[in-house]
Amino acid sequence: MFITRRVEFSASHSCYTPALSDEQNRALYGREANGHGHNFVVEVTLEGEPDPVTGMVLDLKRLKQILEREIVGPMDHRFLNHEVPPFDRVVPTPENLAREIWNRVEPHVRAAGVRLHAVRLYETEDLYVDYYGGAA
Amino acid sequence: MTRLTRRYRFSASHRLHAAPLSEAGNREVYGKCNNPFGHGHNYVLEIGVEGPVDPGSGRVVNVAALDGLVEREILQTLDRSDLNAEVPEFAVVVPTTENLALEIRRRLRAGWAGAFGETGPRLARIRIQETRRNIFEIMEEL
Repeated sequence: MFITRRVEFSASHSCYTPALSDEQNRALYGREANGHGHNFVVEVTLEGEPDPVTGMVLDLKRLKQILEREIVGPMDHRFLNHEVPPFDRVVPTPENLAREIWNRVEPHVRAAGVRLHAVRLYETEDLYVDYYGGAA
Repeated sequence: MTRLTRRYRFSASHRLHAAPLSEAGNREVYGKCNNPFGHGHNYVLEIGVEGPVDPGSGRVVNVAALDGLVEREILQTLDRSDLNAEVPEFAVVVPTTENLALEIRRRLRAGWAGAFGETGPRLARIRIQETRRNIFEIMEEL
């Protein structure tokens, strides 16, 4: 069975790599190369069987606490490139952001005895990324 | 594995009418969708692209190139169109949203290598919302 919890955070980012020229960054990322912000929406999907006693795959209060501590706390109302490692070194594209969220959440979910199935990150309503772990 | 999905919108009209069926048969199968004057929808199209995340750019796909491909191959002809009259395929097959999904896949495949090269990311998923209540989806298996 899959269960999904959704959280939101608002942050700024700039998809820009110093390894390339301004023109190359503009060609690669378009207007995303500018500093700007989004209301990011994260959907975290877990896979597991309901506990025979509690009837729950994982207590969603516990998942909420993990997401608050690992994602919303550190990222909400921040400029990702300047304030949230590793995005001082890694371009905060939605692809990289989805994987970073996976990396932050997965150990805690696993410790709770549940498998993380997917992280979906909406940058806008019209663009989202799904990451299922493993090679990005 | 990483999949990037982009959402697009287009509005078009269609009439569901299968030539091999009788008038009564068409009314029975398609109901209100068989109205001779046709009717329209605000379609919402999602296109999912899979591939390795380039370590330098942090991207699966160049989103501007994807937008350009979809604009050229899909939106320019389908948006504000009468599907039955303006899409040659639908002179032959019924423009159900199942068939529309297949037609969109055919068009994307035709332009894919031109937009992304032979080693680019792969088309992984097409999802069309005809209305909020009717959704059609094709997953491309690896």
